[in-house]
Amino acid sequence: MKAYLHLASGKTFSGELAAPLEGKVSGEIVFFTGMTGYQEVLTDPSYKNQMIVFTYPLIGNYGINEEDFESKRPHVEAVIVYEASREGFHYGAKYSLAEYLRHWNIPLLTHVDTRALVKEIRTEGTMMAELSLSSVPSAFREEAAFPVRAVSTKRMETYGRGEPHIVLLDFGYKKSILRSLVARGCQVTVVPHDTTPEAIEALKPDGLVLSNGPGDPKQLRHQLPVIRQLIDRYPTLAICLGHQLVALAYGADTEKLRFGHRGANQPVWDAVKQNVVMTSQNHSYVVKEGSLAATPFAIRFINVNDGSIEGMIHRHKPILSVQYHPEAHPGPHDTGYIFDEFLQTVAKGEKVYA
Amino acid sequence: MPKDSSLQSILLIGSGPIVIGQAAEFDYSGTQACIALKEEGYRVILVNNNPATIMTDDVHADAVYFEPLTVDAVEAIIAKERPDGLLATFGGQTGLNLAFQLHEAGVLETYGVRLLGTPIEAIQRGEDREAFRALMQELGEPVPESEIVTSVEEAVAFAEKIGFPIIIRPAYTLGGTGGGIADNMEQFIALVEKGLTESPIRQCLIERSVAGFKEIEYEVMRDQSNTCITVCNMENVDPVGIHTGDSIVVAPSQTLTDEEYQMLRSSAVKIISALGIIGGCNIQFALDPNSKQYYLIEVNPRVSRSSALASKATGYPIARIAAKLAVGYTLAELVNPVTKTTYASFEPALDYVVVKFPRLPFDKFPYADRKLGTQMKATGEVMAIDRNMERAFQKAVQSLEGKNNGLFWPELAAKTNDELKQLLVDKDDRRFFAILELLRRGVTVEDIHAWTKIDRFFLCSFERLVALEKQAAATTFDTIDEATFRFLKEKGCSDAFLAETWGVTELDVRRKRKELGIVPSYKMVDTCAAEFHSETDYYYSTYFGEDERKKASGKEKVLIIGAGPIRIGQGIEFDYSSVHSVFALQQEGYETVMINNNPETVSTDFAVADRLYFEPLTLESVLDVMEAEQIKHIIVQFGGQTAINLVKGLEEAGVPLLGVTYEIIDQLEDRDRFYQLLEELDIPHVPGLMANNAEELAAKAAEIGYPVLLRPSYVIGGRGMFIVRNEIQLAALIEQGELTYPILIDAYLDGKEAEADIVTDGTDLLLPTIIEHVEKAGVHSGDSYAWLPAQTLTDEEKAKIIDYAGRIANKLGFKGIMNIQYVIADGHVYVLEVNPRASRTVPIVSKTTGVPLAQIATKLLLGKSLVDMVDENMRKLAVMPYVVLKYPVFSTYKLPGVDPTVGPEMKSTGEGISIAATKEEAAYKAFYAYLQKKANANEMYVIGGIDEALAAEIEAKQLVMVSELPFAEWVKRDAALAVIDLGKEEGEAPKRMAALSRQLLVFTEPETLKLFLQALAVDQLDVQPIQGWLEKKKQAEQAVIL
Repeated sequence: MKAYLHLASGKTFSGELAAPLEGKVSGEIVFFTGMTGYQEVLTDPSYKNQMIVFTYPLIGNYGINEEDFESKRPHVEAVIVYEASREGFHYGAKYSLAEYLRHWNIPLLTHVDTRALVKEIRTEGTMMAELSLSSVPSAFREEAAFPVRAVSTKRMETYGRGEPHIVLLDFGYKKSILRSLVARGCQVTVVPHDTTPEAIEALKPDGLVLSNGPGDPKQLRHQLPVIRQLIDRYPTLAICLGHQLVALAYGADTEKLRFGHRGANQPVWDAVKQNVVMTSQNHSYVVKEGSLAATPFAIRFINVNDGSIEGMIHRHKPILSVQYHPEAHPGPHDTGYIFDEFLQTVAKGEKVYA
Repeated sequence: MPKDSSLQSILLIGSGPIVIGQAAEFDYSGTQACIALKEEGYRVILVNNNPATIMTDDVHADAVYFEPLTVDAVEAIIAKERPDGLLATFGGQTGLNLAFQLHEAGVLETYGVRLLGTPIEAIQRGEDREAFRALMQELGEPVPESEIVTSVEEAVAFAEKIGFPIIIRPAYTLGGTGGGIADNMEQFIALVEKGLTESPIRQCLIERSVAGFKEIEYEVMRDQSNTCITVCNMENVDPVGIHTGDSIVVAPSQTLTDEEYQMLRSSAVKIISALGIIGGCNIQFALDPNSKQYYLIEVNPRVSRSSALASKATGYPIARIAAKLAVGYTLAELVNPVTKTTYASFEPALDYVVVKFPRLPFDKFPYADRKLGTQMKATGEVMAIDRNMERAFQKAVQSLEGKNNGLFWPELAAKTNDELKQLLVDKDDRRFFAILELLRRGVTVEDIHAWTKIDRFFLCSFERLVALEKQAAATTFDTIDEATFRFLKEKGCSDAFLAETWGVTELDVRRKRKELGIVPSYKMVDTCAAEFHSETDYYYSTYFGEDERKKASGKEKVLIIGAGPIRIGQGIEFDYSSVHSVFALQQEGYETVMINNNPETVSTDFAVADRLYFEPLTLESVLDVMEAEQIKHIIVQFGGQTAINLVKGLEEAGVPLLGVTYEIIDQLEDRDRFYQLLEELDIPHVPGLMANNAEELAAKAAEIGYPVLLRPSYVIGGRGMFIVRNEIQLAALIEQGELTYPILIDAYLDGKEAEADIVTDGTDLLLPTIIEHVEKAGVHSGDSYAWLPAQTLTDEEKAKIIDYAGRIANKLGFKGIMNIQYVIADGHVYVLEVNPRASRTVPIVSKTTGVPLAQIATKLLLGKSLVDMVDENMRKLAVMPYVVLKYPVFSTYKLPGVDPTVGPEMKSTGEGISIAATKEEAAYKAFYAYLQKKANANEMYVIGGIDEALAAEIEAKQLVMVSELPFAEWVKRDAALAVIDLGKEEGEAPKRMAALSRQLLVFTEPETLKLFLQALAVDQLDVQPIQGWLEKKKQAEQAVIL
């Protein structure tokens, strides 16, 4: 069946539906440039409310397996590709891409000139889009109000049974963050994004991780004082949205990129190691350059391509925050050392804040 | 970090003559390195004895040495030039080995030459099997267990330890023969026994077999700050067991999950860091198709064939960047030359799929062993790009210029399913077509998977290709609907295939297709999947989506047709000419458009032509590009026979060509018309007749008188040519069914052979030098040794050669470049053949005379006149106060089943030149590397006897002639120097091949043998850059004028 992708810029792309669409769906349209890792992308909560365009033209070749999920379900609004493999050719494949999306009632639009679509997004900036059975667009929905609430856990859950004890403040965390910590011997308690400081304190954590998550960090404005209180108290690692929240909590500012960084090949300069690392990224918002001037943060990581801020360290306190995804999945595993560094600060027992 | 300013001059080692496994890719990487270094202001000194390369142009290096690639020759160059640095990672294994030997010999230390880029320890660790294994163990990177054994007992102990399957590789056997994979102890013992017997040193490498695993490669780069990136990963469609050079390869990997992709990537990054490589590195893995278990199978600490492929596949110029890293830059400070808006420290994202097919030489060597294995046999490769797998496969197949129509391989259609299955089990080079044939007959993907272990992902794609054929056949030219037509095109069915299917002409299909508005779009290769704006006009066609070509500059455009994959008879020389044509056009202010499909070459470097189209060299693709670019001028003279073969179709489609017409080509290629032409011009030709069938052939051969030379029209490299000495031989040939009709029968003249490359504007002529072959006529020009300038021709003979060339050029009204071959016999100069295109010798003539033939020819094609461009002195034969010897280089030792005799059919893969003050020294240089290896050898094995005079010459050189010893025993002797077999009897072929497997020279022509003996008269070698020789030439010319 034919379906139409209407962009807020006025352009329409057509394609063939390979997984169902009832009427229409809408969301922000973004593109991912990695050549593998579609399963991780689909299930990354940060993509909540977004329609994802894969730039690699053959998606679904290795199917969907039981291991590589980043959360319990896919979060994207719609998937747009050139070709979707009819079968998953891999010993671990349990479903084909279309089967999986059909199960979750997520539309899959195929046979789209994804390259032209990406160029449109690149030129016009990230925008709202609508996938519809009608060739005529309807009114565009605004960016969803508060997607973090939809993806954050509703109750605390504990994983691993080692030392130290890390609280993972969940704004829509990827399982790989949890796995990265557990694999390093941590006990991890995942807590809802709006957990009170008292409740966290009661858990007696040794360190805190602020997770990634969807949407504009400023939607969490009301939570900033609490976040500030927590990160000043515990050794902290903040990732992606978490990183933006750390900046906001310290009075810095964030802004939206014209089009986000989404892929597995973003080069980032590490001012400490004095070299470039390949990072996995998925974000539309960045910490505004210059807005850190009045904060006690030093920039440690910079995007080689556009010079945007990719990570920072507090000059005095054990707070490390990165815009990219050190947990990878999808993408290169080059920056796993961030977890090690974080756990070293935790291990130093800098409980001076306690 | 900025570049190293303590360096002034850098010596670069090239890879030498083209052999299987070391081909055009090193010209591409070497040229990139030269350009990158010159850009930085370094004095570049280059040593490479391969004249057909672009890197050895004097524009790319300040001093170019065509000298032997041996320690002492390079030491002499170092002593003379005193370079500050040495770059050795751009000349393939040759360059790496030489650097290592120079280091070992203390040469680098003596002269204070710094090895740039990858340090010697890293090279050592990469090359030394044990050191490498120890390092990998330390890193926790799995390497298949292996051991070198010299007895069955040792082998059994190893097998008991690690279990089966085990691969057995006998050391030093021809093309790796005698090995195999054992699944149990019984097979294993049998194979080890056989392997030990076949190995001349009674040694086998036995290794845990990972055959059937996925073979995955990563191209990794690293700088001195330890920034590591993987430019590209590639997946071999053929699982482990077939050399990656002979495998069908796709990029990026198609069947790996992100977890697997990153697992191998992390391993690659870990290895390159641990080795301490600065620059590029190729790392190959075997991945279990059913688990995450992997093994590291190979590390090449240098740029490679795969890195050239990866560069073209992604747009990321690995060699160029590697050269910059070697002089101190880091990835983060270098700009990505494709986008010009991002940096070199990133990993390309592809939004298309790339398919590489190998080009194998079995069309020339039908009797060679067609089984593929761990020894590479391909001479070249093609690459295709598209947005879907099926069209990428189809384009690659179209680019091969094979006998196939669409995806049918006619000779396979006659085979039974069992025979086809056997081809798969044997890993025959035709396996791709055999798979398609089996799928056509309804054999299942599961069965084929079981026989080949090829991933079902690819097999299902092949199945879809077969479905397309059925879909096309189910409709007709008159009834096809637009949607189906579009679908067939999107998935890669060629117009020619559809025409055949529907029983109409290709141009009919084209017309209808265009009427329906079904035309290709062109998309960019930009390294970043459109994430960023890109500046480079590097395109591929696709039949879906928008055309995104940038606006043309408004300058007039010229299309240059490249020469496609490297094959025997059509090598890198044609790329040299194509690239020079581009340079000339750019000088003249034209916008250049290049179409080619060979990823190894300089012509497909997106930085060469203004616009690059990576497309098959078929009529359809060329016309499509012409129409898309609205090109009026097209040059076919530099693309070898590939481009010439397109002329007829292009003319039929109404395309005017620069300088040449089909009429001219036909006059030259059609033997009857050609002889008429020569007669009209009063030029002697070899008596020749044409036969349309076997009866005519027998009658006309008798009429001309034996010996005769038989040859089909329109061939590359003398394919299908035979010298027939008598009726019995002819009868045997006819019996074998090897001949195709019409066939030409020429008298075979036992004379001297000469040739000349000529540039003409139709009126005047430029013929810088006459090339004289060492061997008599009958040895293919590509396989003969040859002198520049001619050494034994009389002034009268030379004058005739020039005069005849002028007559032919004027009569034809031909413009541009052509090659004429002559035989000089019984006091006559005969014209043998005229090729209206750049030949194999154009780069040699251009470099050694200083006359840039391809560039001048290009300008003539644009309408300039020769008189205006080239002064009178230059139009005369060049005064060359030195001699140049061109020598052929063979790869036959990698091709079991090929007899190393020379004859009318070309067998060599490459060539070298030596330049010296005397003939003897030039000969010495040509054989220098060989003689160095055989320093203690003094025995010549004589098969079939030689005449007394020759025997006396041999003895005079203190050589011992042997003919009594059993040959098998003799070849193993350290004293074995070379084999003489002037009789070339069929029955002696096994001896010749045995000599070949020991890499011994086999002389089958007395003239070659004499040349070799001449070389032995010299024992000193003087090195001189081409710039020095040309300076001497200039002085000599001035002396003549004064």
